Amino acid sequence: MATMPASASDLLKSFKLKTKQQELLIRVSILCLVYILAFITRLFSVLRYESMIHEFDPYFNYRTTLYLTENGFYDFWNWFDYESWYPLGRIVGGTLYPGLMVTAVLIYRILRFLRFAVHIREVCVLTAPFFASNTTLVAYFFGKEIWDSGAGLVAAILIAVCPGYISRSVAGSYDNEGVAIFALLFTFYVFVKAVNTGSLAWSLASAFGYFYMVSAWGGYVFIINLIPLYVLVLLITGRYSMRLYVAYNCMYILGMLLAMQIRFVGFQHVQSGEHMAAMGVFFLMQVFYFLDWVKHMLSDTKLFQAFLRITVTSAVAVGGIALGLGMVSGYISPWTGRFYSLLDPTYAKDHIPIIASVSEHQPTAWSSFMFDFHILLFLFPAGLYFCFKRLSDATIFIVMYGLTSMYFAGVMVRLILVATPAVCLISAIAVSATVKNLTVLLRSKNKVVQTGSTKGSGGSKSSSKALLDQSQPFQKNGAIALLFGAFYLLSRYATHCTWVTSEAYSSPSIVLAARGAHGNRVIFDDYREAYFWLRQNTPQDAKVMSWWDYGYQITAMGNRTVIVDNNTWNNTHIATVGRAMSSYEDEAIEIIRSLDVDYVLVVFGGVTGYSSDDINKFLWMVRIGGGVFPVIKEPDYLVNGEYRVDKGAAPKMLNCLIYDRARGVEIGNKDVKLEHLEEAFTTSNWIVRIYRVKPPNNRW
Amino acid sequence: MEAPIRAREALGFILFSLLFSICRSSSLNHLLISNAERRIDLSSHIVKVYLTLKVENAGSTPTSEVLLSFPPTQADHLATVEALVTKGKRKKTTLVRLDVKATELPDAPNDAKYFTIYLANPLKSGESTTIEVLYLLTHSQEPFPAEIAQSESQLVYYRDSALILSPYHIKQQTTFIKTPSTKVESFTRVEPSNRAGTEIKYGPYEDHPPYSFSPILIHFENNSPFAVVEELVREVEISHWGNLQVTEQYTLVHAGARHKGVFSRVDYQSRPTLNGASSLRYLLARLPPRVHSVYYRDEIGNISSSHLRTDSRKSELEIEPRYPLFGGWKATFVIGYGLPLQDFLFETSDDRRYLNFTFGCPLLETVVDKLTVKVVLPEGSKDPSAVVPFPVEQHLETKYSYLDVVGRTVVVMEKKNLVPAHNSHFQVYYTFKPIFMLAEPLMLASAFFLFFVACVAYLHIDLSIRK
Repeated sequence: MATMPASASDLLKSFKLKTKQQELLIRVSILCLVYILAFITRLFSVLRYESMIHEFDPYFNYRTTLYLTENGFYDFWNWFDYESWYPLGRIVGGTLYPGLMVTAVLIYRILRFLRFAVHIREVCVLTAPFFASNTTLVAYFFGKEIWDSGAGLVAAILIAVCPGYISRSVAGSYDNEGVAIFALLFTFYVFVKAVNTGSLAWSLASAFGYFYMVSAWGGYVFIINLIPLYVLVLLITGRYSMRLYVAYNCMYILGMLLAMQIRFVGFQHVQSGEHMAAMGVFFLMQVFYFLDWVKHMLSDTKLFQAFLRITVTSAVAVGGIALGLGMVSGYISPWTGRFYSLLDPTYAKDHIPIIASVSEHQPTAWSSFMFDFHILLFLFPAGLYFCFKRLSDATIFIVMYGLTSMYFAGVMVRLILVATPAVCLISAIAVSATVKNLTVLLRSKNKVVQTGSTKGSGGSKSSSKALLDQSQPFQKNGAIALLFGAFYLLSRYATHCTWVTSEAYSSPSIVLAARGAHGNRVIFDDYREAYFWLRQNTPQDAKVMSWWDYGYQITAMGNRTVIVDNNTWNNTHIATVGRAMSSYEDEAIEIIRSLDVDYVLVVFGGVTGYSSDDINKFLWMVRIGGGVFPVIKEPDYLVNGEYRVDKGAAPKMLNCLIYDRARGVEIGNKDVKLEHLEEAFTTSNWIVRIYRVKPPNNRW
Repeated sequence: MEAPIRAREALGFILFSLLFSICRSSSLNHLLISNAERRIDLSSHIVKVYLTLKVENAGSTPTSEVLLSFPPTQADHLATVEALVTKGKRKKTTLVRLDVKATELPDAPNDAKYFTIYLANPLKSGESTTIEVLYLLTHSQEPFPAEIAQSESQLVYYRDSALILSPYHIKQQTTFIKTPSTKVESFTRVEPSNRAGTEIKYGPYEDHPPYSFSPILIHFENNSPFAVVEELVREVEISHWGNLQVTEQYTLVHAGARHKGVFSRVDYQSRPTLNGASSLRYLLARLPPRVHSVYYRDEIGNISSSHLRTDSRKSELEIEPRYPLFGGWKATFVIGYGLPLQDFLFETSDDRRYLNFTFGCPLLETVVDKLTVKVVLPEGSKDPSAVVPFPVEQHLETKYSYLDVVGRTVVVMEKKNLVPAHNSHFQVYYTFKPIFMLAEPLMLASAFFLFFVACVAYLHIDLSIRK
């Protein structure tokens, strides 16, 4: 755009566009393109498969959204779900974050009002890409706030295609994270803006952003701990100001009051140990303000020093005593297991197998960092360097956000998502600052040719080309080489992101696709086949037992009651199912009858070679079951400490229920005869098998 | 258990009909049927009956009305009755369709139901004519045993009368019943009757008075899948931009013997002929030619198992439900497709437009219990009226689709108990001014225009309070 020769710039003058207007035009059009790019790069799965909901959790969200559209908000809020956790049930209204559903329904209502006859499913499928697009806008403004508009643009581009974010926001991935990352970044941006300006309005906006975040995702705990930490750092480094006081107090108090309106969160802000840091910092702020006032009143420095010592000591003591009393009296609950497992990655494995059993709760491997961040991993330290070089309230924030979230990303795979915006922003600073420095270097020697053009980083690419035929010093050559290197890296990044999105993150997991012998695409649609069979051909009140992974899908697609589902709130219940699955049939049938189960659903990969079937998850069933019922011992199922499913498998393993179910006609133990269960349905590729529980024999 | 009761009922029926045949008021007895031949085809689950009647006017006055009678149990399942008469002699014979109407007679014996055939030319005294009657019965084969396992084949009962139920005296009659296979468990003998191959022959019977009835029960193997669409909603949406969008919502059920016990995929896949012989594996839908953007899905998403074959005269869509349907199993799905408008929308001489489209279900060999056809007219159309070749219930609705302000008029037609023979054309007439076509593009254009104006205004107006 800006590589126009002199004659073209004459032409431009005739359009009467001032340089500032040109710059605005370029900036707006780049932003628009990025906005569209962020949306369409997430549509691979819709084009390749269909407009459908992916994975496991989104099916619950979809089901609740459907309920919300059909029954309205009040029914939704008071919804008691009889179809899950049989026979316990689940108070859905009080145990979920409603932000996502309310957002989707709001979009749906608006579209309906504008007479767009869309189905709620389409809205749900496209919510995540839409919010990803919005996130790019927020990233732009955030980048502009902490560095300059060039960094903002680069940040918007980087985050639009960053695989770490795309993994949770492709079309169909209708999950809390989809809107939560937008809310997270928005809250941070507005808070930084509030700190920078000291404006009550921005602070209020950040309180509402926080409220939206609380309503959308449990990850809000990160905000409520990071912001106090940031404030504390500012206090310690002597950057306390009136702006900070206004921003934090308004945000904390209002945000807290608003967050209490969410039923699932309730009074946690004043009662839970995880939220106490924010309250402590709030009181600390008041002490600081008080001290400031006293300092203003007292002219004597020595007196003030003494006063300071007494006040700080007593404040800390009072705080400590209050916290201790709260803990002892049980008013303040201790930290939860999930929180502990963040601080100590080995905690979950020892104490809560259910958390450790989820693959996305595993510590992150280096390869997945590389996979999700690519060159950002190298740009991140560079960006940190630039931030430290130009330290301000805003850059301190982004540095802290980057470092803490990077740590958490290392602890849990799924938290890469939280780190992504920070990594993108900091990397954008690195890219923008480097490119800017290089182009300034190029331009400074040729002021005659390029007069006073202050285009953004997008425009600065041009100047290098125009100056090639000048006499060149070594420095300029180097700068050009570096520039080309930077562009090469960025283009590699774009290629990598597209490839990752297309190959890794755009399969719906409920439909499996494979290449057939002749290169044609074979689709295994067995899950839906089985769920639809359940929906159509079993009694309305049938109870289905399966491993908890499939619970949400069975209720959403099969419309049948399940014993356990992906909302793993009751460990004992899951352990009971795990025990049933890993016992001999005779023992299992007792458990199955006691749970009033009509059908047992198992996933079996033997015929198609589908790897993530129930046998693979079996060890977790044993571990979770063993955690509650000591009868089940892990070593019983292992041979020499190894997990085998073939002929050499352990005898206990061969006889347990799940083995019968999952490997019915497979290696190891053939000719399985079932006494209490009968095959009710098997899908065409054998992946899902459903067994009917026979009624007990009549006793005469 | 059930059979004796049925026999007793039937016995009662005979007694009643004899009673009535004696004391009925006789305005009808001047007609008599000199020869009747009936062929009942039981090869699919839709029972097809071809009846050839040679009617003779034995009275003194000419008449143009011939009555057909049906026992009430059959009348409930009667999907369609057609009557044809042959015209011309020898080689130049053509078939002419006659009007048939359901008629109520006040003194109908034992609730028998009547249909009147209106002859084109009145039958004069002493003359005779041959009428071909075709009627189709649905839900008339009862599975027995009612529940079968996967490897068993499906056996059904068919009940009828060996003698044709008629308000007229029949001099000579014969009934041929064709079964789908040679496997017939049992059949009621009414001498003379015999069975050869897939055919059972009753008769010839001589000189039976009106309303003679002799119940028969045939127990035979019928492994054809009993595909019944419990409810079908067809929505035809007209867009004057050149497209006709059809959406069909099916609730399909296998109405044969219920499946019992284990479903074994091993057996089903390895021995498909022996196992689940009566299961419903696929359906064939016959769609109009030049069909485009066909989809096949259900509540939880796309169903990948379907094939479309098109040629210049017709399109065939082969669909497999997500799972094979065994007796009693259900499946719901939606088929949708687009068609070029010019093939179906025409203009009348008085500047009205009309849609000419098929009424029934495009699936072959399928019974539809309840069909609702909705024709969505474009926004702004007026005076809709529908012309359907058979009686249907009609009413109007309003539907809101993309960018509608006043809503679209929907002509709704409902009919129960349909067979593929109902796939005839119907017409919906309406008036429409082409200017309405521009309403929606104009609305969109003005919305975008306003948006840009708002943007320009925002950039040029300073809203801050501070100066």
